[in-house]
Amino acid sequence: MIEVRNLSKHFGDKKAVDGISFTANDGEILGFLGPNGAGKSTTMNILTGYISSTEGEALIDGNDILKDPIKAKASIGYLPELPPLYMDMTVKEYLNFIYDLKKCKLPRNTHLADICRLVKIENVYKRVIKNLSKGYKQRVGLAQALVGNPNVLILDEPTVGLDPSQIIEIRTLIKKLGRNHTVILSSHILSEVQAVCDKIIVINQGKIVANDTEEHLSSTLAGEHRLTVKIDGPAKEVRELIASIPGVIKTSLVATKNTYSEFTVESDEDTDIRRELFSRMAERNWYIIELKTSEMSLEDIFLRLTMGEEVELKGGEQ
Amino acid sequence: MAAIFRREFVSYFTSPIGYVFLAFFYLAAGFFFTLTSIEQGTTELNTVFSMMMYVLIVLIPILTMRTFSEEKKNKTDQCLLTAPVSLGAIVAGKFLAAFLVYALGVLIMLVFAVIVSAISSPDWLLIFGNILGLLLLGGAFISIGVFVSSLTENQIVSAVLSFAIMLVLYLFTSIASLIPVDFIANFLNSLSFLSRYDGFTYGSFDFSNILFFISVMVAFIFFTVRVLERRRWN
Repeated sequence: MIEVRNLSKHFGDKKAVDGISFTANDGEILGFLGPNGAGKSTTMNILTGYISSTEGEALIDGNDILKDPIKAKASIGYLPELPPLYMDMTVKEYLNFIYDLKKCKLPRNTHLADICRLVKIENVYKRVIKNLSKGYKQRVGLAQALVGNPNVLILDEPTVGLDPSQIIEIRTLIKKLGRNHTVILSSHILSEVQAVCDKIIVINQGKIVANDTEEHLSSTLAGEHRLTVKIDGPAKEVRELIASIPGVIKTSLVATKNTYSEFTVESDEDTDIRRELFSRMAERNWYIIELKTSEMSLEDIFLRLTMGEEVELKGGEQ
Repeated sequence: MAAIFRREFVSYFTSPIGYVFLAFFYLAAGFFFTLTSIEQGTTELNTVFSMMMYVLIVLIPILTMRTFSEEKKNKTDQCLLTAPVSLGAIVAGKFLAAFLVYALGVLIMLVFAVIVSAISSPDWLLIFGNILGLLLLGGAFISIGVFVSSLTENQIVSAVLSFAIMLVLYLFTSIASLIPVDFIANFLNSLSFLSRYDGFTYGSFDFSNILFFISVMVAFIFFTVRVLERRRWN
Protein backbone atom coordinates (compact mmCIF):
# COMPACT_ATOMS: atom_id res chain seq x y z
CA MET A 1 0.00 0.00 0.00
CA ILE A 2 1.25 3.42 -0.93
CA GLU A 3 0.05 6.69 0.53
CA VAL A 4 1.28 9.95 -0.89
CA ARG A 5 0.34 13.24 0.67
CA ASN A 6 1.00 16.62 -0.84
CA LEU A 7 4.30 15.61 -2.37
CA SER A 8 6.44 18.31 -4.02
CA LYS A 9 9.87 18.37 -5.52
CA HIS A 10 11.60 21.53 -6.66
CA PHE A 11 14.72 21.62 -8.79
CA GLY A 12 15.84 25.18 -8.22
CA ASP A 13 12.90 27.29 -9.39
CA LYS A 14 11.32 24.50 -11.38
CA LYS A 15 8.57 22.53 -9.71
CA ALA A 16 8.99 19.02 -11.10
CA VAL A 17 6.30 17.65 -8.81
CA ASP A 18 3.79 20.03 -7.35
CA GLY A 19 1.69 18.92 -4.40
CA ILE A 20 0.39 15.56 -5.53
CA SER A 21 -1.56 13.17 -3.30
CA PHE A 22 -2.89 9.71 -4.01
CA THR A 23 -3.30 6.26 -2.52
CA ALA A 24 -2.69 2.87 -4.07
CA ASN A 25 -4.13 -0.10 -2.21
CA ASP A 26 -2.98 -3.69 -2.08
CA GLY A 27 -3.95 -5.65 -5.15
CA GLU A 28 -4.35 -2.51 -7.20
CA ILE A 29 -2.51 -1.47 -10.34
CA LEU A 30 -2.17 2.26 -10.56
CA GLY A 31 -1.22 3.84 -13.86
CA PHE A 32 0.75 7.02 -14.06
CA LEU A 33 0.04 8.72 -17.32
CA GLY A 34 1.58 11.87 -18.63
CA PRO A 35 3.62 13.38 -21.42
CA ASN A 36 7.40 13.20 -21.24
CA GLY A 37 8.72 15.47 -18.52
CA ALA A 38 5.43 15.56 -16.62
CA GLY A 39 7.05 14.41 -13.37
CA LYS A 40 6.29 10.69 -13.52
CA SER A 41 9.85 9.50 -13.05
CA THR A 42 10.57 12.15 -10.44
CA THR A 43 7.58 10.98 -8.42
CA MET A 44 8.73 7.38 -8.70
CA ASN A 45 12.25 8.32 -7.68
CA ILE A 46 10.84 10.01 -4.59
CA LEU A 47 8.67 7.01 -3.72
CA THR A 48 11.66 4.70 -3.90
CA GLY A 49 13.92 7.00 -1.89
CA TYR A 50 16.35 7.69 -4.73
CA ILE A 51 15.75 11.40 -4.36
CA SER A 52 14.01 13.18 -1.55
CA SER A 53 10.94 15.32 -1.71
CA THR A 54 10.98 19.02 -0.97
CA GLU A 55 7.64 18.80 0.81
CA GLY A 56 5.03 16.25 1.70
CA GLU A 57 5.32 12.61 2.66
CA ALA A 58 5.23 9.20 1.06
CA LEU A 59 4.37 6.10 3.07
CA ILE A 60 5.19 2.64 1.80
CA ASP A 61 3.30 0.00 3.78
CA GLY A 62 3.06 2.58 6.55
CA ASN A 63 6.78 3.44 6.64
CA ASP A 64 7.85 6.95 5.70
CA ILE A 65 10.45 6.77 2.95
CA LEU A 66 12.43 9.68 4.42
CA LYS A 67 12.15 8.91 8.12
CA ASP A 68 12.41 5.14 7.96
CA PRO A 69 14.11 4.52 4.61
CA ILE A 70 15.53 1.03 5.21
CA LYS A 71 12.19 -0.42 6.30
CA ALA A 72 10.29 1.32 3.51
CA LYS A 73 12.81 0.33 0.83
CA ALA A 74 12.64 -3.30 1.96
CA SER A 75 9.09 -3.55 0.66
CA ILE A 76 9.74 -1.91 -2.71
CA GLY A 77 10.82 -3.43 -5.98
CA TYR A 78 11.83 -0.70 -8.41
CA LEU A 79 12.42 -0.80 -12.12
CA PRO A 80 13.73 2.64 -13.10
CA GLU A 81 13.42 4.12 -16.57
CA LEU A 82 16.84 2.76 -17.43
CA PRO A 83 17.28 -0.67 -15.84
CA PRO A 84 20.17 -0.37 -13.34
CA LEU A 85 22.24 -3.22 -14.73
CA TYR A 86 25.92 -3.89 -14.20
CA MET A 87 26.95 -4.62 -17.74
CA ASP A 88 30.00 -6.67 -16.84
CA MET A 89 28.08 -9.25 -14.81
CA THR A 90 26.17 -12.29 -15.98
CA VAL A 91 22.44 -12.38 -15.31
CA LYS A 92 23.10 -15.05 -12.68
CA GLU A 93 25.77 -13.00 -10.87
CA TYR A 94 23.63 -9.89 -11.07
CA LEU A 95 20.48 -11.45 -9.62
CA ASN A 96 22.51 -13.08 -6.88
CA PHE A 97 24.05 -9.72 -6.08
CA ILE A 98 20.60 -8.14 -5.87
CA TYR A 99 19.48 -11.04 -3.68
CA ASP A 100 22.34 -10.30 -1.27
CA LEU A 101 21.89 -6.56 -1.52
CA LYS A 102 18.23 -6.81 -0.53
CA LYS A 103 19.14 -9.24 2.25
CA CYS A 104 16.52 -11.58 0.88
CA LYS A 105 15.45 -14.43 3.14
CA LEU A 106 13.64 -16.64 0.61
CA PRO A 107 15.40 -19.84 -0.52
CA ARG A 108 17.95 -18.47 -3.00
CA ASN A 109 17.95 -20.92 -5.87
CA THR A 110 14.25 -21.67 -6.08
CA HIS A 111 13.33 -18.00 -5.67
CA LEU A 112 15.65 -16.82 -8.42
CA ALA A 113 14.58 -19.68 -10.67
CA ASP A 114 10.92 -18.75 -10.15
CA ILE A 115 11.60 -15.15 -11.12
CA CYS A 116 13.53 -16.16 -14.22
CA ARG A 117 10.69 -18.40 -15.32
CA LEU A 118 8.19 -15.61 -14.69
CA VAL A 119 9.99 -13.03 -16.84
CA LYS A 120 11.34 -15.64 -19.26
CA ILE A 121 15.06 -15.09 -18.97
CA GLU A 122 16.08 -18.67 -18.16
CA ASN A 123 17.83 -19.09 -21.49
CA VAL A 124 20.09 -16.07 -20.95
CA TYR A 125 20.74 -16.79 -17.27
CA LYS A 126 24.44 -17.44 -17.76
CA ARG A 127 25.12 -14.71 -20.29
CA VAL A 128 26.86 -11.39 -19.70
CA ILE A 129 24.29 -8.59 -19.48
CA LYS A 130 26.26 -6.33 -21.83
CA ASN A 131 25.57 -8.76 -24.70
CA LEU A 132 21.82 -9.04 -24.21
CA SER A 133 19.25 -7.35 -26.43
CA LYS A 134 17.28 -4.39 -25.12
CA GLY A 135 14.21 -6.53 -24.51
CA TYR A 136 16.16 -8.98 -22.40
CA LYS A 137 17.87 -6.18 -20.49
CA GLN A 138 14.46 -4.75 -19.71
CA ARG A 139 13.30 -8.14 -18.44
CA VAL A 140 16.40 -8.59 -16.31
CA GLY A 141 15.55 -5.17 -14.88
CA LEU A 142 12.07 -6.41 -14.09
CA ALA A 143 13.50 -9.60 -12.56
CA GLN A 144 15.69 -7.45 -10.34
CA ALA A 145 12.63 -5.60 -9.05
CA LEU A 146 10.90 -8.88 -8.24
CA VAL A 147 13.77 -10.28 -6.14
CA GLY A 148 12.67 -10.61 -2.53
CA ASN A 149 9.01 -10.62 -3.55
CA PRO A 150 8.39 -7.05 -2.37
CA ASN A 151 4.86 -5.89 -1.59
CA VAL A 152 5.09 -2.79 -3.71
CA LEU A 153 6.28 -2.74 -7.30
CA ILE A 154 7.17 0.55 -8.94
CA LEU A 155 7.75 0.18 -12.65
CA ASP A 156 8.85 3.13 -14.76
CA GLU A 157 7.82 2.46 -18.36
CA PRO A 158 8.22 -1.30 -18.05
CA THR A 159 7.53 -2.18 -21.68
CA VAL A 160 9.94 0.22 -23.35
CA GLY A 161 12.14 -1.53 -25.88
CA LEU A 162 10.08 -4.70 -26.09
CA ASP A 163 8.55 -6.09 -29.24
CA PRO A 164 4.74 -6.37 -29.48
CA SER A 165 4.50 -9.99 -28.35
CA GLN A 166 6.82 -9.33 -25.41
CA ILE A 167 4.77 -6.27 -24.51
CA ILE A 168 1.68 -8.43 -24.25
CA GLU A 169 3.58 -11.00 -22.14
CA ILE A 170 4.86 -8.35 -19.75
CA ARG A 171 1.43 -6.74 -19.45
CA THR A 172 -0.11 -10.09 -18.61
CA LEU A 173 2.62 -10.61 -16.06
CA ILE A 174 2.03 -7.21 -14.48
CA LYS A 175 -1.69 -7.92 -14.29
CA LYS A 176 -0.94 -11.20 -12.57
CA LEU A 177 1.43 -9.50 -10.14
CA GLY A 178 -1.20 -6.84 -9.49
CA ARG A 179 -3.45 -9.37 -7.81
CA ASN A 180 -1.29 -9.62 -4.72
CA HIS A 181 1.03 -6.62 -4.97
CA THR A 182 0.57 -2.90 -5.09
CA VAL A 183 1.79 -1.88 -8.51
CA ILE A 184 2.49 1.59 -9.79
CA LEU A 185 3.41 1.78 -13.41
CA SER A 186 4.13 4.79 -15.52
CA SER A 187 3.71 5.19 -19.21
CA HIS A 188 3.10 7.72 -21.87
CA ILE A 189 1.45 5.02 -23.94
CA LEU A 190 -2.26 5.28 -23.32
CA SER A 191 -3.29 1.88 -24.59
CA GLU A 192 -0.88 0.33 -22.13
CA VAL A 193 -2.37 2.05 -19.15
CA GLN A 194 -5.83 1.31 -20.51
CA ALA A 195 -5.00 -2.37 -20.85
CA VAL A 196 -3.35 -2.95 -17.50
CA CYS A 197 -4.43 -0.50 -14.84
CA ASP A 198 -7.34 -0.44 -12.40
CA LYS A 199 -6.88 3.20 -11.62
CA ILE A 200 -5.36 6.00 -13.65
CA ILE A 201 -3.64 9.16 -12.58
CA VAL A 202 -3.02 11.68 -15.30
CA ILE A 203 -0.15 13.95 -14.43
CA ASN A 204 0.98 17.04 -16.24
CA GLN A 205 3.56 19.66 -15.31
CA GLY A 206 3.95 18.09 -11.89
CA LYS A 207 0.27 18.21 -11.03
CA ILE A 208 -2.44 15.58 -11.01
CA VAL A 209 -5.01 16.59 -13.61
CA ALA A 210 -7.20 13.51 -13.24
CA ASN A 211 -7.35 10.65 -10.77
CA ASP A 212 -9.93 8.03 -11.57
CA THR A 213 -10.80 4.69 -13.03
CA GLU A 214 -10.71 4.43 -16.78
CA GLU A 215 -14.49 4.00 -17.25
CA HIS A 216 -15.21 6.91 -15.02
CA LEU A 217 -12.71 9.14 -16.76
CA SER A 218 -14.34 8.49 -20.11
CA SER A 219 -17.90 8.90 -18.90
CA THR A 220 -17.33 12.23 -17.21
CA LEU A 221 -15.67 13.70 -20.23
CA ALA A 222 -17.68 12.14 -23.01
CA GLY A 223 -21.35 11.44 -23.42
CA GLU A 224 -24.41 11.75 -25.54
CA HIS A 225 -24.10 15.46 -25.96
CA ARG A 226 -21.44 15.02 -28.62
CA LEU A 227 -22.64 13.60 -31.90
CA THR A 228 -21.07 12.76 -35.20
CA VAL A 229 -23.57 12.80 -38.02
CA LYS A 230 -23.36 12.20 -41.77
CA ILE A 231 -26.16 13.72 -43.79
CA ASP A 232 -27.00 13.57 -47.49
CA GLY A 233 -28.04 17.13 -48.24
CA PRO A 234 -26.71 20.62 -49.04
CA ALA A 235 -23.99 21.20 -46.49
CA LYS A 236 -24.65 24.85 -45.72
CA GLU A 237 -28.38 24.54 -45.23
CA VAL A 238 -28.09 21.34 -43.25
CA ARG A 239 -25.71 23.06 -40.94
CA GLU A 240 -28.02 26.00 -40.41
CA LEU A 241 -30.87 23.65 -39.75
CA ILE A 242 -28.93 21.70 -37.15
CA ALA A 243 -27.84 24.92 -35.49
CA SER A 244 -31.47 25.99 -35.16
CA ILE A 245 -32.38 22.93 -33.08
CA PRO A 246 -32.92 23.97 -29.44
CA GLY A 247 -30.07 22.85 -27.20
CA VAL A 248 -27.39 22.79 -29.87
CA ILE A 249 -24.33 24.72 -28.80
CA LYS A 250 -21.99 24.20 -31.68
CA THR A 251 -22.07 22.65 -35.11
CA SER A 252 -19.04 22.15 -37.24
CA LEU A 253 -18.60 20.77 -40.70
CA VAL A 254 -15.90 18.13 -40.68
CA ALA A 255 -15.87 16.93 -44.28
CA THR A 256 -17.89 17.19 -47.48
CA LYS A 257 -18.07 14.19 -49.78
CA ASN A 258 -20.02 13.73 -53.03
CA THR A 259 -22.96 12.07 -51.37
CA TYR A 260 -22.91 13.41 -47.84
CA SER A 261 -21.46 15.96 -45.41
CA GLU A 262 -20.11 15.11 -42.00
CA PHE A 263 -20.77 17.26 -38.95
CA THR A 264 -19.96 17.18 -35.29
CA VAL A 265 -22.63 18.58 -33.06
CA GLU A 266 -22.27 19.60 -29.46
CA SER A 267 -25.37 20.07 -27.42
CA ASP A 268 -26.53 20.90 -23.96
CA GLU A 269 -25.74 18.15 -21.50
CA ASP A 270 -29.42 17.82 -20.50
CA THR A 271 -30.87 17.74 -24.01
CA ASP A 272 -30.88 14.76 -26.31
CA ILE A 273 -31.27 16.24 -29.78
CA ARG A 274 -31.22 13.01 -31.76
CA ARG A 275 -35.00 12.64 -32.22
CA GLU A 276 -35.45 16.27 -33.11
CA LEU A 277 -32.58 16.04 -35.57
CA PHE A 278 -34.16 13.02 -37.22
CA SER A 279 -37.60 14.56 -37.71
CA ARG A 280 -36.25 17.84 -39.03
CA MET A 281 -34.07 16.12 -41.59
CA ALA A 282 -36.95 13.85 -42.58
CA GLU A 283 -39.19 16.89 -43.20
CA ARG A 284 -36.73 18.16 -45.78
CA ASN A 285 -36.02 14.75 -47.28
CA TRP A 286 -32.36 14.92 -46.31
CA TYR A 287 -31.10 11.50 -45.33
CA ILE A 288 -29.18 10.74 -42.19
CA ILE A 289 -26.64 8.21 -43.34
CA GLU A 290 -24.88 7.82 -40.04
CA LEU A 291 -25.49 9.06 -36.52
CA LYS A 292 -23.37 8.20 -33.54
CA THR A 293 -22.34 9.57 -30.19
CA SER A 294 -18.68 10.35 -30.10
CA GLU A 295 -17.08 8.50 -27.27
CA MET A 296 -13.89 10.15 -26.25
CA SER A 297 -10.98 7.78 -26.31
CA LEU A 298 -8.39 7.94 -23.58
CA GLU A 299 -6.23 9.72 -26.14
CA ASP A 300 -8.73 12.53 -26.40
CA ILE A 301 -9.11 12.76 -22.66
CA PHE A 302 -5.38 12.76 -22.28
CA LEU A 303 -4.89 15.54 -24.80
CA ARG A 304 -7.73 17.51 -23.32
CA LEU A 305 -6.37 17.18 -19.81
CA THR A 306 -2.76 17.85 -20.62
CA MET A 307 -3.07 20.53 -23.26
CA GLY A 308 -5.89 22.56 -21.83
CA GLU A 309 -9.46 23.04 -22.91
CA GLU A 310 -8.72 24.90 -26.14
CA VAL A 311 -7.87 21.73 -27.98
CA GLU A 312 -10.50 20.96 -30.57
CA LEU A 313 -11.65 17.47 -29.91
CA LYS A 314 -11.86 15.12 -32.79
CA GLY A 315 -14.96 13.03 -33.28
CA GLY A 316 -15.36 9.42 -32.42
CA GLU A 317 -13.94 7.96 -35.59
CA GLN A 318 -11.23 5.61 -34.50
CA MET B 1 27.67 -4.04 2.85
CA ALA B 2 29.07 -7.52 2.21
CA ALA B 3 27.17 -7.76 -1.09
CA ILE B 4 28.52 -4.42 -2.32
CA PHE B 5 32.02 -5.25 -1.14
CA ARG B 6 31.98 -8.59 -2.95
CA ARG B 7 30.55 -7.22 -6.19
CA GLU B 8 32.96 -4.33 -6.21
CA PHE B 9 36.00 -6.49 -5.53
CA VAL B 10 35.07 -8.96 -8.26
CA SER B 11 34.40 -6.13 -10.71
CA TYR B 12 37.99 -4.89 -10.32
CA PHE B 13 39.01 -8.15 -11.93
CA THR B 14 36.27 -8.44 -14.55
CA SER B 15 37.41 -5.07 -15.84
CA PRO B 16 41.08 -4.37 -16.61
CA ILE B 17 41.47 -1.86 -13.77
CA GLY B 18 42.41 -4.35 -11.07
CA TYR B 19 45.02 -6.01 -13.28
CA VAL B 20 46.44 -2.73 -14.56
CA PHE B 21 46.69 -1.37 -11.05
CA LEU B 22 48.42 -4.45 -9.65
CA ALA B 23 50.72 -4.84 -12.64
CA PHE B 24 51.99 -1.27 -12.44
CA PHE B 25 52.16 -1.43 -8.68
CA TYR B 26 54.35 -4.56 -8.79
CA LEU B 27 56.40 -3.14 -11.65
CA ALA B 28 57.10 0.13 -9.86
CA ALA B 29 57.80 -1.56 -6.53
CA GLY B 30 60.08 -4.07 -8.24
CA PHE B 31 61.91 -1.27 -10.03
CA PHE B 32 62.63 0.65 -6.84
CA PHE B 33 63.53 -2.57 -5.00
CA THR B 34 66.10 -3.47 -7.66
CA LEU B 35 67.46 0.07 -7.80
CA THR B 36 67.96 0.45 -4.05
CA SER B 37 68.19 -2.84 -2.20
CA ILE B 38 69.58 -5.19 -4.86
CA GLU B 39 71.97 -2.79 -6.62
CA GLN B 40 73.29 -1.36 -3.38
CA GLY B 41 73.35 -4.68 -1.62
CA THR B 42 71.42 -3.67 1.46
CA THR B 43 68.62 -5.32 3.43
CA GLU B 44 67.13 -1.90 4.08
CA LEU B 45 63.74 -1.55 2.43
CA ASN B 46 63.07 1.96 3.75
CA THR B 47 63.95 3.67 0.48
CA VAL B 48 61.57 1.40 -1.45
CA PHE B 49 58.82 2.25 0.98
CA SER B 50 59.41 5.98 0.79
CA MET B 51 59.47 5.86 -3.03
CA MET B 52 56.10 4.06 -2.99
CA MET B 53 54.38 7.31 -2.04
CA TYR B 54 54.98 8.65 -5.56
CA VAL B 55 53.65 5.43 -7.02
CA LEU B 56 50.48 5.74 -4.95
CA ILE B 57 49.89 9.32 -6.06
CA VAL B 58 49.79 8.08 -9.65
CA LEU B 59 48.07 4.72 -9.21
CA ILE B 60 45.44 5.24 -6.49
CA PRO B 61 43.42 7.67 -8.66
CA ILE B 62 43.20 4.92 -11.29
CA LEU B 63 41.99 2.45 -8.70
CA THR B 64 39.27 4.71 -7.34
CA MET B 65 38.26 6.82 -10.33
CA ARG B 66 35.18 4.79 -11.22
CA THR B 67 33.88 3.89 -7.76
CA PHE B 68 30.91 6.22 -7.80
CA SER B 69 31.27 8.08 -11.10
CA GLU B 70 30.56 4.98 -13.15
CA GLU B 71 27.54 4.08 -11.02
CA LYS B 72 26.12 7.52 -11.53
CA LYS B 73 26.78 7.54 -15.25
CA ASN B 74 25.20 4.11 -15.82
CA LYS B 75 22.42 4.90 -13.35
CA THR B 76 23.24 1.74 -11.43
CA ASP B 77 23.35 3.91 -8.33
CA GLN B 78 19.55 3.76 -8.53
CA CYS B 79 19.81 0.12 -7.67
CA LEU B 80 22.07 0.72 -4.65
CA LEU B 81 20.30 3.81 -3.34
CA THR B 82 16.83 2.27 -3.51
CA ALA B 83 17.93 -0.97 -1.84
CA PRO B 84 17.38 -1.39 1.90
CA VAL B 85 21.00 -0.51 2.70
CA SER B 86 22.38 2.56 4.45
CA LEU B 87 24.59 5.03 2.60
CA GLY B 88 27.39 4.37 5.06
CA ALA B 89 27.34 0.67 4.19
CA ILE B 90 27.46 1.44 0.47
CA VAL B 91 30.48 3.73 0.82
CA ALA B 92 32.24 1.43 3.28
CA GLY B 93 31.70 -1.58 0.99
CA LYS B 94 33.23 0.22 -1.94
CA PHE B 95 36.11 1.61 0.12
CA LEU B 96 36.98 -1.81 1.53
CA ALA B 97 36.92 -3.45 -1.90
CA ALA B 98 39.38 -0.88 -3.26
CA PHE B 99 41.46 -1.25 -0.13
CA LEU B 100 41.63 -5.02 -0.52
CA VAL B 101 42.89 -4.70 -4.11
CA TYR B 102 45.46 -2.21 -2.86
CA ALA B 103 46.46 -4.54 -0.02
CA LEU B 104 47.11 -7.27 -2.61
CA GLY B 105 49.58 -4.85 -4.14
CA VAL B 106 51.27 -4.11 -0.83
CA LEU B 107 51.78 -7.86 -0.32
CA ILE B 108 54.71 -7.59 -2.75
CA MET B 109 56.63 -5.86 0.05
CA LEU B 110 56.51 -9.10 2.03
CA VAL B 111 57.99 -10.90 -0.96
CA PHE B 112 60.85 -8.37 -1.07
CA ALA B 113 61.42 -8.85 2.65
CA VAL B 114 61.65 -12.61 2.17
CA ILE B 115 64.15 -12.09 -0.69
CA VAL B 116 66.45 -9.90 1.38
CA SER B 117 66.09 -12.22 4.35
CA ALA B 118 67.78 -14.91 2.22
CA ILE B 119 70.90 -12.75 2.19
CA SER B 120 70.86 -11.50 5.72
CA SER B 121 68.25 -11.11 8.42
CA PRO B 122 66.36 -7.81 8.01
CA ASP B 123 64.77 -5.78 10.78
CA TRP B 124 61.35 -7.43 10.65
CA LEU B 125 59.77 -5.02 13.08
CA LEU B 126 60.79 -2.11 10.90
CA ILE B 127 59.42 -3.83 7.80
CA PHE B 128 56.06 -4.53 9.41
CA GLY B 129 55.94 -0.95 10.66
CA ASN B 130 56.59 0.19 7.12
CA ILE B 131 53.92 -2.07 5.68
CA LEU B 132 51.46 -0.72 8.23
CA GLY B 133 52.44 2.82 7.23
CA LEU B 134 52.04 2.05 3.53
CA LEU B 135 48.62 0.48 4.12
CA LEU B 136 47.49 3.50 6.13
CA LEU B 137 48.79 5.98 3.56
CA GLY B 138 47.10 4.05 0.75
CA GLY B 139 43.87 3.80 2.73
CA ALA B 140 43.86 7.56 3.24
CA PHE B 141 44.48 8.15 -0.46
CA ILE B 142 41.76 5.65 -1.41
CA SER B 143 39.24 7.39 0.82
CA ILE B 144 40.08 10.68 -0.91
CA GLY B 145 39.79 9.04 -4.33
CA VAL B 146 36.41 7.50 -3.47
CA PHE B 147 35.24 10.90 -2.25
CA VAL B 148 36.33 12.64 -5.45
CA SER B 149 34.65 9.99 -7.61
CA SER B 150 31.37 10.71 -5.85
CA LEU B 151 31.60 14.31 -7.05
CA THR B 152 31.60 13.65 -10.78
CA GLU B 153 30.13 11.36 -13.42
CA ASN B 154 33.31 11.46 -15.44
CA GLN B 155 36.04 8.94 -14.61
CA ILE B 156 38.81 11.00 -16.18
CA VAL B 157 37.85 14.11 -14.24
CA SER B 158 37.70 11.96 -11.14
CA ALA B 159 41.19 10.52 -11.73
CA VAL B 160 42.82 13.85 -12.58
CA LEU B 161 41.21 15.63 -9.65
CA SER B 162 42.25 12.91 -7.19
CA PHE B 163 45.77 13.06 -8.58
CA ALA B 164 45.91 16.82 -8.14
CA ILE B 165 44.62 16.65 -4.57
CA MET B 166 47.09 13.93 -3.61
CA LEU B 167 49.92 15.89 -5.19
CA VAL B 168 49.03 19.01 -3.21
CA LEU B 169 48.81 16.97 0.00
CA TYR B 170 52.26 15.59 -0.77
CA LEU B 171 53.63 19.06 -1.42
CA PHE B 172 52.42 20.44 1.91
CA THR B 173 55.90 19.95 3.39
CA SER B 174 57.59 21.90 0.60
CA ILE B 175 54.95 24.61 0.71
CA ALA B 176 55.35 24.83 4.48
CA SER B 177 59.09 25.39 4.16
CA LEU B 178 58.42 28.42 1.93
CA ILE B 179 56.09 30.08 4.40
CA PRO B 180 57.87 32.34 6.86
CA VAL B 181 54.97 32.50 9.32
CA ASP B 182 55.66 29.79 11.87
CA PHE B 183 52.19 28.75 12.91
CA ILE B 184 50.96 28.37 9.31
CA ALA B 185 54.05 26.37 8.40
CA ASN B 186 53.55 24.13 11.43
CA PHE B 187 49.91 23.68 10.63
CA LEU B 188 50.68 22.65 7.02
CA ASN B 189 53.40 20.33 8.24
CA SER B 190 51.05 18.62 10.62
CA LEU B 191 48.71 17.92 7.69
CA SER B 192 51.49 16.82 5.37
CA PHE B 193 51.08 13.26 4.19
CA LEU B 194 54.78 13.16 3.36
CA SER B 195 56.05 13.98 6.84
CA ARG B 196 53.43 11.71 8.43
CA TYR B 197 54.42 8.82 6.19
CA ASP B 198 58.17 9.54 6.48
CA GLY B 199 57.75 8.90 10.17
CA PHE B 200 57.11 5.25 9.33
CA THR B 201 59.94 4.90 6.83
CA TYR B 202 62.43 6.39 9.30
CA GLY B 203 61.46 3.61 11.63
CA SER B 204 59.89 5.77 14.29
CA PHE B 205 56.61 4.44 15.52
CA ASP B 206 54.44 7.43 16.33
CA PHE B 207 50.89 6.70 17.37
CA SER B 208 49.72 10.16 16.25
CA ASN B 209 50.66 9.30 12.65
CA ILE B 210 48.51 6.17 12.75
CA LEU B 211 45.67 8.19 14.20
CA PHE B 212 46.14 10.84 11.52
CA PHE B 213 45.67 8.46 8.61
CA ILE B 214 42.75 6.67 10.24
CA SER B 215 41.09 10.06 10.84
CA VAL B 216 41.57 10.97 7.17
CA MET B 217 39.87 7.73 6.11
CA VAL B 218 36.94 8.17 8.47
CA ALA B 219 36.55 11.81 7.49
CA PHE B 220 36.49 11.20 3.74
CA ILE B 221 34.15 8.21 4.02
CA PHE B 222 31.88 10.50 6.00
CA PHE B 223 32.20 13.27 3.38
CA THR B 224 31.31 10.79 0.65
CA VAL B 225 28.18 9.78 2.53
CA ARG B 226 27.30 13.46 2.83
CA VAL B 227 27.79 14.01 -0.91
CA LEU B 228 25.45 11.11 -1.73
CA GLU B 229 22.96 12.34 0.82
CA ARG B 230 23.08 15.89 -0.51
CA ARG B 231 22.60 14.75 -4.08
CA ARG B 232 19.20 13.35 -3.13
CA TRP B 233 18.12 16.76 -1.91
CA ASN B 234 19.07 18.72 -5.00
